[in-house]
This record gives sequence, C-alpha cells and structure tokens, in this order.
Amino acid sequence: MDVPFRSALRDIGPPSWRDGAAAMRGLLQRHHWGLALLSLPVVASVVLPVGYLILRGLGAGEEAVEYLLSARTLTIVGNSLALAVAVAVAAAALGVPFAWLTTRTTLPFRRVWLVAGLLTMVIPSYLGAIAFVEVFGPVGALRDVLAPLGVHRLPSIYGFFGTWIVLTLYTFPYVALPVRAALLRIDPAQEEAARMLGMNRWRAFFRVTLPQLRPALAAGVLLSMLYTLSDFGVVMVLRYNAFTRAIYTTYNSTFDRERAALLALMLIALTAVLVWIERRAGRQVTTYRHQGQTARKSPPVPLGRWTIPGVILCAGLVLTGVGVPVLVLSGWAFNPNLTSPIPLELELLVAQSVGVSAFTAVFVAVSGTPIALLASRSASRISRLIVGASYFGNVLPGLVVGLALVYFAANYLPFIYQTIPLLVLGYGVRFLPYSVSATRSALSMISPRLNEAARTLGCSEIEATRRITFPLARAGVFAGMALVALSAMKELPTTLLLAPIGFKNLVTRLWTGYEAATFALVGWPGLLLLASSAVTLLILLWQED
Amino acid sequence: MFKSRVFVLILAALVMSVLPASAQEEGESLVVYSGRNETLIAPILAQFTEETGVAVQVVYGDTAAVANQILEEGANSPADVYIGQDAGALGALSKAGALAPLPSDVLERVPDVFKSQQGEWVGLSARARVLVYNPTEVEALGLELPQSILDLTKPEYAGLVGWAPANASFQSNVTAMRVLLGDDVTAKWLADMVANGAVSYGSSNTNLNRAVASGEVVLGITNHYYMHNLKKQDPALNLEQTVFPAGDPGSLVNVAGAGVLATSAKPGLAQRLILYLLGSNAQTYFTEQTSEYPLVDGIAVNPALIPLDSIVQPEIDLSDLDDLQTTLAMIEASGALDQ
Repeated sequence: MDVPFRSALRDIGPPSWRDGAAAMRGLLQRHHWGLALLSLPVVASVVLPVGYLILRGLGAGEEAVEYLLSARTLTIVGNSLALAVAVAVAAAALGVPFAWLTTRTTLPFRRVWLVAGLLTMVIPSYLGAIAFVEVFGPVGALRDVLAPLGVHRLPSIYGFFGTWIVLTLYTFPYVALPVRAALLRIDPAQEEAARMLGMNRWRAFFRVTLPQLRPALAAGVLLSMLYTLSDFGVVMVLRYNAFTRAIYTTYNSTFDRERAALLALMLIALTAVLVWIERRAGRQVTTYRHQGQTARKSPPVPLGRWTIPGVILCAGLVLTGVGVPVLVLSGWAFNPNLTSPIPLELELLVAQSVGVSAFTAVFVAVSGTPIALLASRSASRISRLIVGASYFGNVLPGLVVGLALVYFAANYLPFIYQTIPLLVLGYGVRFLPYSVSATRSALSMISPRLNEAARTLGCSEIEATRRITFPLARAGVFAGMALVALSAMKELPTTLLLAPIGFKNLVTRLWTGYEAATFALVGWPGLLLLASSAVTLLILLWQED
Repeated sequence: MFKSRVFVLILAALVMSVLPASAQEEGESLVVYSGRNETLIAPILAQFTEETGVAVQVVYGDTAAVANQILEEGANSPADVYIGQDAGALGALSKAGALAPLPSDVLERVPDVFKSQQGEWVGLSARARVLVYNPTEVEALGLELPQSILDLTKPEYAGLVGWAPANASFQSNVTAMRVLLGDDVTAKWLADMVANGAVSYGSSNTNLNRAVASGEVVLGITNHYYMHNLKKQDPALNLEQTVFPAGDPGSLVNVAGAGVLATSAKPGLAQRLILYLLGSNAQTYFTEQTSEYPLVDGIAVNPALIPLDSIVQPEIDLSDLDDLQTTLAMIEASGALDQ
C-alpha cells in the first residue's frame, strides 16, 4: 500500500549529504559502535519476526515443498506477476505522457494537473477500489445512469480487469515522478541537435530523449510493481486472488497457519528479487551533458491541436483517481438516510488514529536517529547492513509485516501482544525509512563550517551537535515524523492484524462498515483519510522545494 | 517553520489521548472474541455493559480466524468468552480443550439440539441455511429453482450461483454434508461447484446477498437473515428466499453460540454475560434486530421469518460438526477460496 514514495522522489532532489556527514564524522568515529548498538533493537524487530515466519513455514516440513509447488500456489504466483506486469506497463503508458505533458509543454494548468496527479499517489488505493465498485460495480451509479438506454449488465469490475484499472490509476505517479525528474535534468541541447539534423519532434523524442529516460522509467516501473505486489485493499475489495488476498484468506479461514506463512515467504522472496533489480537499475542512472555545464531549461513545446487530448488525458486521470472517491465518500457522509446499528463515534476514531500515529512518529524518530547517523557514515559493512535492514521493512507488504509480528508476539512477546505498542512497532517497522531519510537529508543541508566554528569557539563535539546541528535539522526531522504519522494513519493490513482488543480507528471502522455494507460507517472516516492524504502531499511538496 | 515547543506539546497531548483508551478501565471487565460482525453483536454487548457496569472489550474477526487465534495464543489468550457464528467452530474449540464446562443454569435455558453434548457451549440464536434468488432474473432466464443443494452443480446453473466459502456458516454446512453424505461426495460437490463457475464472495454473506439482488449472480446459498436485514434498509430489494425441501443437507438449521474459555480467569463473569445473552432482552434483540430465531421459550419470533417448524432439517447433531479442520482443508483444496 505504501511502497516508498520517498524512493520515488529520490531523483527529484538528490541530497548531497556528504558535507553534513563530514560534520558528524568526528562524533561518529567515537560513537560508531554505540550507534550500532542503539540501532539494533529496531533492526531486530524487522529481522526476528521474519525469521520466525521462516521457521513456521519450514515447520510444515516436506509438505512445505509440496505446497509451494502445488497448482494453487503456482496460480497465485501467476496471478500476482500478471497483475504486477500489467499494472507496470499501463502505469508507464500513462505516466510518461503525463510527466512529459506537465513538464515540457504548454499544456494549460500544468501545475494543477501535476499536483492533483501526485495526490493519487498518496490516496490509499482501497478508498479508490471501494468508490469504484460503487460507481462502476454491478449495482453501481453508472448502471443506473445507463439503464434507460437498455444497458442491463456492465462488464464485471471484479477480478483482473477492475484490479488492473484501479491499481494503475493509483500507481502511475510512481512512474511519472522519476520520469519528470529525468526530463528536468536532460540537456535540451541534444534534442535540438537531433532536430537540426532533420528529425521531427516525435522522432527526436523517441530516438534521443526516451533512451535517456530509460533508467528513470525502469525505476518507476519497478516501484509500481512493488506497490502492486504489496497492495492488500484493492485485491480484497475487487476479489482478485493475488498473493496478499490468498495469504489473508488462508490465514483467516483455515487452521493451517504454516500455509499462510509459506505463502508470505514466497511473497517476500518475490519482493526481494524486485528490490534487487530496482537497486541495480537505480545505479545505472547516467545523463549525458556537456562537461562543466548545468542543464538549460528546455523551452516548452507548443501543443497546438494536441492541447485538448492532453488536457483530457490529465483531467481524466485526476478526475477518476481523486474525483471518484471524493464524490462517493461525500455521498455517503452527507446522506442522512444511511443508518448503522452501531454508532460511528467519529471523535473517538479521530483521537485513536491521530494519537497512535503521533505515538508512532515519536517512536520512529527516536529509534531512527541512530540509524540516520549511521547511514551518513556508511563506511563499515555493519552499518550498511543495519541501514539496509531498516529499509527492508518498508518494501515488505504490510500484510506480511503484520502476520510476522502476530505470530512472533503471540508466542514470544505475550506482554505486548494485543497492545498499542505492538501496533506502533508494526507501523514503525514499515515507516522507519521515511523518518531516517528525512533526518539524513536534513543533516545534509547543514554546512560543516558551522560546527567547526562552534568548535573553535570552545564548544565540545557533543555540545556543538546539540546546539548547532540538531536545531538546524529540526524542521526536516519534524517533516519526516509527520510523514510517518500520516502513513500510519491510513495503513490497512497491518492495522487489521495488529489492532489490540477493542481498538478502533478511522481505518478499522471504515473496513468494518465496508464488510457489513453499512456505508454510514464508511463516508466520514474515508473523507478524513482523504484529507490526511492531502496533508501528506503538502508536506512532500514542502520538503522538495 | 515549526515552532518546536508548541509542536512537542501538541505531540505529547496526542500521545496521551490514546493512553486512557488503551489502559485497563476501572471495575469489572471481560474480553470477548467475536466471530460475529460488530454491526450484529455490538449493540447488545453495549446494553449488557449499560445494565451491569461490566466493561466488554471485543476482538472482531471471521469465526474460524478468531477460533484459530485462541488456539494460537494457547495459555496466553486474554479471551474470556468466545462468540462464534456456527456450531462447527464452537465444536472445534471444545474438541481442542479450549472451552470450560458451562453450569446447568446456563445450559438448561436452551433446547438440547442447540447446545453441546459435553455442555461446553450453548446456542444463542438459530439461523437457517436458505437459497436466495433474484426473482426477475429467475423469470427472465426461465430457471427452475433447484430442489437440493446438490443440484447447484447442474449445467443450467453454471455461472449463476454465488457463495461465501470463507464464511463460517457455509463451512459448517459443508461439515454437515460430510457427516450426511461422506467426504468423497462432499469433496466432489465442492469441486463441481467450482467447475460450474460458482462466484465467491469471500466471507461476506452481505455482499453475496447484495450481488444476488443486483443480478450479478442469480442464486446464492446463505443464511436467512441477511435478506431481512438488507430489506430493512431497502424494502424494494429484488431478493427472495426459499428453503431446500425434505431434509436436504442444504437446509441445515445452525446456531450462533458462545462458550467460556478454559483459560479465563473470570469464568463467573463470563457465564453472566452468556446468561444475559440468553435473557429475554437479548433474545428479543436477536429476533427483532438481527432477524434470527430466538432459542429460549416465550419470545415472540419475528413474523417476517419463515416459521422454524416448517423447515425440515437433515438428521444431524450440531455437536458432530466439530471437525472444522478437515472441512477447511477440503474447501481450500477445492479452489473455492481462490475464485
């Protein structure tokens, strides 16, 4: 659900944190091992549950192999891969034109489309799926509109088709963003040279520009695949038997917990392969530019008669991705005829959502600081291992993190099992990297000269850090915390698995209402989650400025 | 820029705001693990708290999942009471030794056919397995309604039948079929249903009933009360129901029931909750609000329901439905969950 948009944004403003790191070096040299020790509990909370999952899976013994190779398992693998590839291809087909239109052309309201397009990235996709069923489903609004025209049955939104459409709508920004960043970096001189040598604009784009976009495109495509693999809400709502749905139904409706663990392990393996490919692709980014020059800004391409199709494409994406959930959820929220046998208790839900998210943000900021400091050192193998492990929780599907923690805590940590701290730990494992990378880039903005000046004026190393570095890094750190809090607030699968007894927040209430078709319980929680997504976007934009 | 001191203060306030909710409340309290949906059971639990002052904290989930969770937790389980939506999961827990015997003042309130032979769980309300159908579509397609659950695998119903194979009531029905017809016949029926294009609605009977009403599928096998509850919201719903005749395995009458956990530290309080759920207030709630059949004498049955004595049940003892594990493995192997 919340695959790292940090890493999608990575290309926009590559933090040159080396300078800041230099300022920390003296401090780190002395406290390196201390930092590593401080980081270990966080890393352990990722590694141990997953390790336990492996033990449980292996506990099935020889049956495990048989099960992993069974027709059912292979079908699930096939379903997941087919969906991931289809979504990635469609996301690229939409994301590249979207990026180009909003970056390099005279398209009207470019900024508006861009920002609204980014909004689809932060909206929880399960809201999109629920809203889509309401509009395009078998009893949906669209059928009512078309009924006078004699349309009785719409093609089913359930299964592959609907899942593919919805996931594409909510993942195309993962392609559009890196591609946009690459477009901004590319030197227009080459395209101009190609034009002068007689190519028309299209040929120049395909022969000169597109090849340079390839690394960014590859990164975006892999991100959208990762997102698809980890998505839980959309495949549940639209009933497509991808991994996460199969794991959840196996966990929920069989007594065979080893099988859920085995399926989860396969999903981890698949994810790991994709991450490995992504990391390799990320390393190959090269842009060709005349030595010693910065890129000129390209003059915008006049769209002419292509203006209207361009606007239709952008507006279509934005209106379906953002407009449909807003309309549907408002319809439920403001419909006085909808009733529910249980009260909505919106104030309580907001308090629980916000409170636990704030708790998570504090927890993550505190436990993430030693990792961020270690990351800026990045010299030893140990520290790279620790930083790598801390990122692992973020690429793992939330369902798998939840499952691993449930199994582990029920057996070994009964004192935090079914408590808010376990839920917070689950969120922490997933969203730690947002905070770590925000802290890292905040540190990078600080010139080492300031610390050196403080040192010459008689401050100790630690005092200089406390009085100079931390105050300057504060705004960035807080922004990272806010991102963590907002991500935790809308998280679905981990919440479903780890919510303690009697706990209810916006997400759990919305899901209960959706499952019981009691839409009075879905409207307001959904709208508030949409609003929190808008805040997420504002913070991301502020961070990147 | 953030004003850091204000920010920290706000943060502290927010964190504090969750703590009271998570802390144990003063006074008596019970932990209930419920396989019944919150919208069906929470109102009556709230009334219990209101009348007795005993706070009730509830874990909600699918019936099998919650039973499974109790087994996974073992001696660590915080649960005092388990409420399941079918006899099968209750029987499975009892068989695993997770339930404690109930006292006679609880047991004697419920007729023998609706409680455990070992006295470890009691039914709270009864529900009938029915066939729901969309009358418009049935007429348009010129369909004859099937006379047995076994007929649903016939080619004329291909692609028209919906079911909820992850739902505990369905699972119990499958266990009943295994008891009545044997494992081979049942496994073949499941496979034939999948091959005949039965459409899965996961664990949600609500979504199944809505789908039938919309014409997405034409027939559905489900519990009787979903139709009644949906029609309360929308009386014009295009949905009818009927019972398979003559003791068909598809016309099982099952119970939603409860038991006290063997590991509970508060068995007395837990039994008090179950007694309350068998009291006239709760029994009236079950028939009026959730459209089920009450199980204790002297409660007026909701007149919208098919009279219970007109349903010819198959010859089966609900206590024999405790082999849930085999049933679940069979359903999984059939591919029904993957549709």
